[in-house]
Amino acid sequence: MELAPVAVAVIAATQGAPGEGRGAVETPPVIYTMENKPIVTCAGDQNLFSSLYPTLSQQLPKEPMEWRRSYGRAPKMIHLESNFVQFKEELLPKEGNKALLTFPFLHIYWTECCDTEVYKATVKDDITKWQNVLKVHSSMDWLIVVVECDAKKKNKTNILPRTSIVDKIRNDFCNKQSDRCVVLSDPLKDTSRSQESWNAFLTKLRTLLLMSFTKNLGKFEDDMRTLREKRTEPGWSFCDYFMVQEELAFVFEMLQQFEDALVQYDELDALFSQYVVNFGAGDGANWLTFFCQPVRSWNGLVLRKPIDMEKRELIQNQEATLLDLRSYLFSRQCTLLIFLQRPWEVSQRALELLHNCVQELKLLEVSVPPGALDCWVFLSCLEVLQRIEGCCDRSQIDSNVSHTVGLWSYATEKLKSLGYLCGLVSEKGPNSEDLNRTVDLLAGLGAERPETANTAQSPYKKLKEALSSVEAFEKHYLDLSHATIEMYKNIGRIRSAKLVGKDLAEFYMKKKSPQKAEVYLQGALKTYLAEGWALLITHTRKQLAECQKHLGQTENYLQTSSLLAGDNNLTEEERKHFCQEILDFAKQPSEIEGQKVMLSMHSFAQLKNLHFDPPNAVVHVGGTLSIELTLVNQMPISVNVDHIAINVHFSIEKNSYRKTAEWLTKHKTSNGIINFPNEIVGVSLSRSSLPGLELYEMYERSPSDNSLNTTGIICKNVHMLLRRQESSSSLEIPTGLTLEDGAHVLKCSNLILEPGVNKITFKTQGKEPGTYTLRQLCISVGKMQFALLHIYPIVQYDVYSQEPQLKVEPCTDSLLAGIPQKVKFTVTTGHYALKNGDALQLSNADAMPVLYHPESKAVIYSNTQEKVSETSLTVQSSEKITSISLPMVPAYHVITFELEVLYSPSTAICMMENETLTSKDCRKKSKEKETSYNSMATIDQKVTIDCPWSIYSTIISLTFSVPFKAKHSLLSAGTRKYVQVCVQNMSEICFQFSDNNLKSSDIYKDLSLQPLNPKAEQHIYSKQAVFFVWELKWTKELPPSLQCKFSMNFCSALSEEHSFSLKPYTYEFQLENFFTLYNVKAEISPPLGAEYCKTGSLCSLEVSITRLLDLLDVDKDEALTETDGYCTTKLMYEVVDDSSNWAVCGKSSGVISMPIAVQATHKVHMEVMPLFAGYLPFPDVKLFKYLPHHSAHFMQLDADSWIENDNLSVDKNMDDQADNSSIKSRGSIHSTTSAEHKGLPMPRLQSFSPGQVFNSSSGMQILVIPSKDDHILEVNVT
Amino acid sequence: KSAPTESELKFHYTVHTSLDVVDEKVSALGKALVDQRELYLGLLYPTEDYKVYGYVTNSKVKFVMVVDSSNTALRDNEIRSMFRKLHNSYTDVMCNPFYNPGDQIQSRAFDNMVMSMMVQVC
Repeated sequence: MELAPVAVAVIAATQGAPGEGRGAVETPPVIYTMENKPIVTCAGDQNLFSSLYPTLSQQLPKEPMEWRRSYGRAPKMIHLESNFVQFKEELLPKEGNKALLTFPFLHIYWTECCDTEVYKATVKDDITKWQNVLKVHSSMDWLIVVVECDAKKKNKTNILPRTSIVDKIRNDFCNKQSDRCVVLSDPLKDTSRSQESWNAFLTKLRTLLLMSFTKNLGKFEDDMRTLREKRTEPGWSFCDYFMVQEELAFVFEMLQQFEDALVQYDELDALFSQYVVNFGAGDGANWLTFFCQPVRSWNGLVLRKPIDMEKRELIQNQEATLLDLRSYLFSRQCTLLIFLQRPWEVSQRALELLHNCVQELKLLEVSVPPGALDCWVFLSCLEVLQRIEGCCDRSQIDSNVSHTVGLWSYATEKLKSLGYLCGLVSEKGPNSEDLNRTVDLLAGLGAERPETANTAQSPYKKLKEALSSVEAFEKHYLDLSHATIEMYKNIGRIRSAKLVGKDLAEFYMKKKSPQKAEVYLQGALKTYLAEGWALLITHTRKQLAECQKHLGQTENYLQTSSLLAGDNNLTEEERKHFCQEILDFAKQPSEIEGQKVMLSMHSFAQLKNLHFDPPNAVVHVGGTLSIELTLVNQMPISVNVDHIAINVHFSIEKNSYRKTAEWLTKHKTSNGIINFPNEIVGVSLSRSSLPGLELYEMYERSPSDNSLNTTGIICKNVHMLLRRQESSSSLEIPTGLTLEDGAHVLKCSNLILEPGVNKITFKTQGKEPGTYTLRQLCISVGKMQFALLHIYPIVQYDVYSQEPQLKVEPCTDSLLAGIPQKVKFTVTTGHYALKNGDALQLSNADAMPVLYHPESKAVIYSNTQEKVSETSLTVQSSEKITSISLPMVPAYHVITFELEVLYSPSTAICMMENETLTSKDCRKKSKEKETSYNSMATIDQKVTIDCPWSIYSTIISLTFSVPFKAKHSLLSAGTRKYVQVCVQNMSEICFQFSDNNLKSSDIYKDLSLQPLNPKAEQHIYSKQAVFFVWELKWTKELPPSLQCKFSMNFCSALSEEHSFSLKPYTYEFQLENFFTLYNVKAEISPPLGAEYCKTGSLCSLEVSITRLLDLLDVDKDEALTETDGYCTTKLMYEVVDDSSNWAVCGKSSGVISMPIAVQATHKVHMEVMPLFAGYLPFPDVKLFKYLPHHSAHFMQLDADSWIENDNLSVDKNMDDQADNSSIKSRGSIHSTTSAEHKGLPMPRLQSFSPGQVFNSSSGMQILVIPSKDDHILEVNVT
Repeated sequence: KSAPTESELKFHYTVHTSLDVVDEKVSALGKALVDQRELYLGLLYPTEDYKVYGYVTNSKVKFVMVVDSSNTALRDNEIRSMFRKLHNSYTDVMCNPFYNPGDQIQSRAFDNMVMSMMVQVC
């Protein structure tokens, strides 16, 4: 029996097992019998097995089998494969042998026997022997396979039923486990029966295999755990344990359970790490000291082989160093991770491992030659990277740069430190000491491994080459750096990229090529500035300064130096150094005259605030303005400054109003201090480049009812905060520093700026009026200039020129006519200086003299409203001109003084007003008047003033109000007449009256007006009225109209000191038609026989109208007929009871013809009925003139008035519901008048003047008693 | 934020660089899970000598802690609780009405807390 199938199986294993689904994996075909498949031994008929082997090995892994595991581990589906070997006794493990890989998991006995005889003769013995051998080795995992063939059955006819052989075998061997014997029928034929039996057999085989795994692995794990528990015992060796657990890992790997295999290695890893940590804590294990031997070889990780046998042997022989162990462990983990298709975990773990190893070596105090670890790390990094690259395609790598970039940067870092160590970075190249070191390092690398020998870019070759020469190093280092930067940039790790860039810059600086370094430094600095990392800024700037110095970029260097000199993060010495650099440069004579180096000022000094004096920053032409700057010098030492200049931009203000002193003084109410926001640049830490939030509360109210609509917070400097970062970070190199050439420059020379706060005062004199804006600030030191290009916020001062002005205003709200009142004169001198003898010339108006008090003073104020002095005022009055001489006052001052004026209202104006009052058509005007009733009549008075500064006169208008309003009325008592005058005080102040007087202006000597008023002085209070009454007495005939004039002295009740006479208040009016023409008398008598009038019973009303005078001029027009020398006039009477006390029965009105003669009387009888009981007033009797249609006045007469009258009366009666008859009668009149209206000119009614008719019965009352039979009382509740 | 050692500069560089990873991790977490988001970002990246841990508050305030690699006593949980403490203290500082957001923190309580953590570690 030969061993042929073994070889076949081995080859199949090495090619099939690791390669699933990973086409790109280049696994070198290492034939190593231990890593492959579980071993199954075969005994019995080897030829039979050989014939079945191909089918068996092909079919076995086809279907997965569930593997239930001990210790609660999750069941797994596995595809089983096996390595079938011929059974030999040597294969069975000896007692105590822990090897698992060589462990046969299942023993199969194959037989084809179908003949009882044969069975009995040979097969049974054979099986027994086999079984005994197994029993000796206490192996319970066996299987007997009986193969049956139909062909053999036919040949031998005398055979027993086939089952009997199987039964026999079962009987003989499988006394308890009948399943340990299976039948495989016709295996080489393609029938369904053979297929079935194959399937049954395979299932059985798999189950048994798994059972065996479970049992044996469980046992192994138990043993392993026991071994691990012994780790505290003195003799315990980690390496031994390592080999045991690795065995388990191998088995899992063999079963393609890579995850489980990895777990074994991870456990070993963790265990080892823990030991190292414990060792660091002083709890050392003996075996660990062994790992502490000095590092002699640093040839990096080897990841190209699945198992690094070299290292494994070292471990096995307990000769491995820490690096060896770690390397081996990682190489195994790496292999398994790649099997698991997790290459990115490899890179991550690699980085951890490398860091960890470095730390562990430090912790264990292992002696390592300088640079050795760097070499090891560098090689390992590259090895891992190449391994990963080997198993992934380009796109995969590109999209997972974030996993590998750490290794790249680590490798770069290590190569850099190697370069420094071996003197490859310096300008001169390595010295002999460096060279020796290099040789030592190269020696530690050993020889290149055979598997990478053919690769051109192997890590080993790279390192060797890089260390070989300065040029090669530079090339490799740059390659690596650029690659790393590129990768960092690609995954968005800009900061990391900048850091690598900075390292690169350092390298370039060492290599004396600052121009290349500058880019990187600037880039890094920009990032740090944008993010406000003060320390990093300082450090990078320092490097940049050096770089710029080498480059000869004077301006940039000086700028950077100035920034550094003002940097608080540097030491005092460093700052002084940089400051001195600047000052030294400044002292150098410049090659070209006038050429100056200009730098931004913010690093040199900061403008804190600016203080104006005067604080409102407004001066008149010729005035002095001082500006005090507060500068904070950032330099560590005091600096001599040649001069400090402020460039001022001048503009003429278009808005002329803005130039006036009032506006300027009113609108600039600041305290004159302008604070500048803190300038940026590394002084304050975080967010230094961003201004603070300027938040304001915001309320929005609805326009209609002022209720709050919305409220919120507004950030006013959003535009500053939200702009893009890149654009704001260009502070470092202010390009295009130019100073404006302004004609206006404020300068301060030869100053010393101490470190810290300095105050500098500029003085300027206002020249041209306009607005001056401070634009730029420039500090000159030698040939250097520090400029602040924009002063923000905008700082302005104004120079103005003002025309002289005179203003006259009343001291009170309004001026009242008639009493002396104060008027304030304000002279604003403006640019005009008042000379001696300058005077204001007031042209007098008659109605308004200017009163002068010798004690009145003029007060002079300066431009800033400060009181300067007080002088007395001289006023000279001539007939036409009042001259007020002004004191001598310089320009831009204000003089104020007060004078009294008295305005006497002219009578004409008053009359005019009253005329309208008394006129006939007052009714229409009354409405208008009512509106203006409460306001005073006003008069404008103009004053012409000649001012000394102008050839033109100033005309000033003063408005006076008349404080009173007067009304008159005529009162009659029979033929006696009285005049009543009502005076109303419209003003707010209280007056005193005296000497009231009423005069008739006409020449009638026989007319006397007898006052019925008290003579004493009277007070009239604000908004109140006083009445005066006179009786008119006459002896002769009087004209129809009388001109009267009321006058009264008055003065303010409060001020008694007025010695001079005031003009009295006068009121003129006209009295007309004041004679009584008719006397109307009404009499009511109770019905005949009754004593009193009773309600509901008719009473007689007798109206007697008596003419009291002969024909007068007044009613000549109305006199109608002149028959027999008698004149008659038609009158209409009307009885009206406004209070509805009476019911008029029958005609309530009628037209009578009245002869014009004294005592001519007309009587009218009417029936009236009282409606109520009690004392009832008589009904009114009204008398009208009834003018016939042909009256000469007809055309002129106002038709409206008649109709209006009539309608009014009708309306009245309509309201009066009780007066039915009256309505009827009215209706009849109405109809007649309307009838007349058609054809004839209408007659019309005209009322008498108030004094012409005297109703002698007005106010009389009559007693009415209630009627007795009046049971029903109508009660109207309205 | 406070590292009273002479290698402050190096720490600043380290912390600055670690912000890259913070950004990466924060953006990887996405906005959808802001509520349940773990504020602790874990190990940002190890260097040879230090381990850098990160923590980001919901308002994107970043805390970065640099721990000596050799200090194995500090496990993830300890770091996490330290960050929590730091965050609480920071919140207290922010609640101070006299503190202007963006200014340098000048709180004795906060400093003491940081110092006590440092002492505990070292």
